[in-house]
Amino acid sequence: MDGIVKNNSSLSKWIVHITVALLVTVWVAPTLGLFVSSLRTNAQISVSPWWLSVFPLNINEIQRAADPDEFRKADGDVFIVSGNLFGEESAKEIIVWGTSSRAIDAYVPGDMADLGDGESITVQANGDYVWRGNDEQLSGRGQRVLVTTRGPPEFTFENYRWMLFAKENTEGVAKAFINTLTVAIPSTIIPIALAAFAAYALAWMKFRGNALLITAVVVGLALPPQIILIPILKLHLSIGIGKSYLGMWLVHSAFTLPFAIFLLHNYMAGIPREIIENARLDGATDFQIFIKIILPLCTPALASWAIIQFLWTYNDLLGPMVFLQNNTGDNMVLTQKLTKLFGMYSERWDLIATSTFISMAVPLVVFLLMQRHFARGLLAGSIKG
Amino acid sequence: MTEIKLTNVEKIFGGSDKVLEEINLEIESGELIVLLGPSGCGKSTLLRMIAGLETITSGTLEIEGQVVNDVPGAQRSIAMVFQSYGLYPHMTVRKNMSFALELAKKPREEINAAVTQAARLLQMEPYLDRLPKTLSGGQRQRVAIGRAIVRAPKVYLFDEPLSNLDAALRVATRIEISELKESMPGSTMIYVTHDQVEAMTLANRIVLLTPEGRIGQVGKPLELYTRPKSEYVAQFIGSPAMNLLPGEIVGTGEKTTIRLETGRVAVSSTPTRGSEEGLKVNIGVRPEDWVETTDDYIFEGKVKITEELGDMTLLHFGRAQGKDTVLAKLPGIHPGLQGNTVKLTAEPPKVQVFHKGVSLHYR
Repeated sequence: MDGIVKNNSSLSKWIVHITVALLVTVWVAPTLGLFVSSLRTNAQISVSPWWLSVFPLNINEIQRAADPDEFRKADGDVFIVSGNLFGEESAKEIIVWGTSSRAIDAYVPGDMADLGDGESITVQANGDYVWRGNDEQLSGRGQRVLVTTRGPPEFTFENYRWMLFAKENTEGVAKAFINTLTVAIPSTIIPIALAAFAAYALAWMKFRGNALLITAVVVGLALPPQIILIPILKLHLSIGIGKSYLGMWLVHSAFTLPFAIFLLHNYMAGIPREIIENARLDGATDFQIFIKIILPLCTPALASWAIIQFLWTYNDLLGPMVFLQNNTGDNMVLTQKLTKLFGMYSERWDLIATSTFISMAVPLVVFLLMQRHFARGLLAGSIKG
Repeated sequence: MTEIKLTNVEKIFGGSDKVLEEINLEIESGELIVLLGPSGCGKSTLLRMIAGLETITSGTLEIEGQVVNDVPGAQRSIAMVFQSYGLYPHMTVRKNMSFALELAKKPREEINAAVTQAARLLQMEPYLDRLPKTLSGGQRQRVAIGRAIVRAPKVYLFDEPLSNLDAALRVATRIEISELKESMPGSTMIYVTHDQVEAMTLANRIVLLTPEGRIGQVGKPLELYTRPKSEYVAQFIGSPAMNLLPGEIVGTGEKTTIRLETGRVAVSSTPTRGSEEGLKVNIGVRPEDWVETTDDYIFEGKVKITEELGDMTLLHFGRAQGKDTVLAKLPGIHPGLQGNTVKLTAEPPKVQVFHKGVSLHYR
């Protein structure tokens, strides 16, 4: 009897562990893939999938010899341009190479390719080359060499540098990132103040119409945002706010108020009334009770709501498109920027992966940091303090 | 000096629910008054009205001669100890105790001195810097009391402070509150409870409220015990409850003779007038006042159940006429009475006489 019971529990424990591990893998895999891809070059991505990214791979590249006008040296009555196709020291090894896209494996390293009329190029396995020819042949652009290399995987932060910091990149996401924060942070802070005050009044102050207001708040929860997009935009345009950050903050704040007030009201109503009565008898005004007693006790609910609101406004696409977007496109937020990138850089998976991961980084960090508060806040009211 | 005076105070909830009626009370300075009554009688409401947490529908409340009906609780010089303590969970014990004084913007030294003194009085020094959630129930109760002491109010209000404690702790804390009162002879305390043991042991005077929200009797604990004004008071105080036996007055004068429906005769020291002869009354005898007898007896019955508790023996008698079971509480051990017929009598001072529920002693 004992043996059977023990077996069952350890077997079911293993099943639970394995199931959890599978679920975690499935959940984390896409993010991990995105991150790994963002560290690879486009060439590598097109050759091997991210889960094989740590293995050496064959890559077809097109390289050029150095610019002959600058670098050619005289050697008798011919000119030579020599150097290394890969620029600095690289561990790549050429397997086959060619000079024409129709025959990329025409030669092996060490061969000398005859380009006609005495022009030739020799390429070694490590990429060293010697390009020989007369004055006319060694001019213009450097000779094109198509190589198939085999080398260790290359991971680089170049994509990040390019998307975030490169000033010459007109499609860099740094500005969009700042814009997104400019939208999300005030949209989280403004409603906190409003909702906290409203929730306290509805929960703990006696006045006529208290119940009616609470009902109105709950009704507001059911309102779909799509209904008000056009009327509010017209309103903004007519009163002079137009399409701007202010308009965006106001819309986000207004829309989250029912949810925030509802959440905070429920939490505040759960505070034992003796604590508040005690504070009243101690001589605290309603405002002092609010600041010194209620708010500190509400931090779990406030934190969890703030996380939800921040992530919601951070990821919002429709709102900025309607209320923020102007003609120049310089106040685009990340969500809008990403859709634009998908259109422009449709085959540049490395850049797309990078931009997407940058966009994901902030919610990931916020969630990991605030996870403890989040769980507590959601359970608020189910556990009596 | 009258510290607190309630005149014709009434409380009506929602326009129609009258919970307190005709409350007239004068509380002297330095008294410990207990508001006693069953659940729902309005004693907590009365306390909260004195505290300023409930409005007074009609009547006046005066503190030291000043009408304070519309004065906010915080300015009435009262401090309240709640049933579930009401400590601020996010503040240390020290901060809990100094909160009120900080709000009043008292200087830091004054606050510290008051807190230290209260902590020493209640032996709370070891946990001054802990959070309430790390304290036991009894410790939290002490913090709640300490918080009241720090404010040095004229009146302390206690709302069933021992209800949330376990039985052993309740006894210990009750003694502590008693000692606290001894150490603060000038303070007035109003204490609400439904537990008559707490009331009898702590009170200078008891205010017993009826379920309808009226005052049943006000007086010293033993007064309520020996001279209850009504059947309600008689049966609320004392456990097990007083026995009531119906009968008729047959002899008046300094002592009253009552013939019970059973035919037996009882004599009470309650004086009556000649005109009251023939009145239908109930006599009341407490179980502990019965004396076993062999000759002249008031009551005779067959013992249905005995409960031997060692220090006393409870006898449950059946009644021929139905109605309430008669109980007798005999001191000590009385073995072998089960199933026997026992005769009981009681001394005249211990026999109460009630006509239409009111004691004839208080005509």
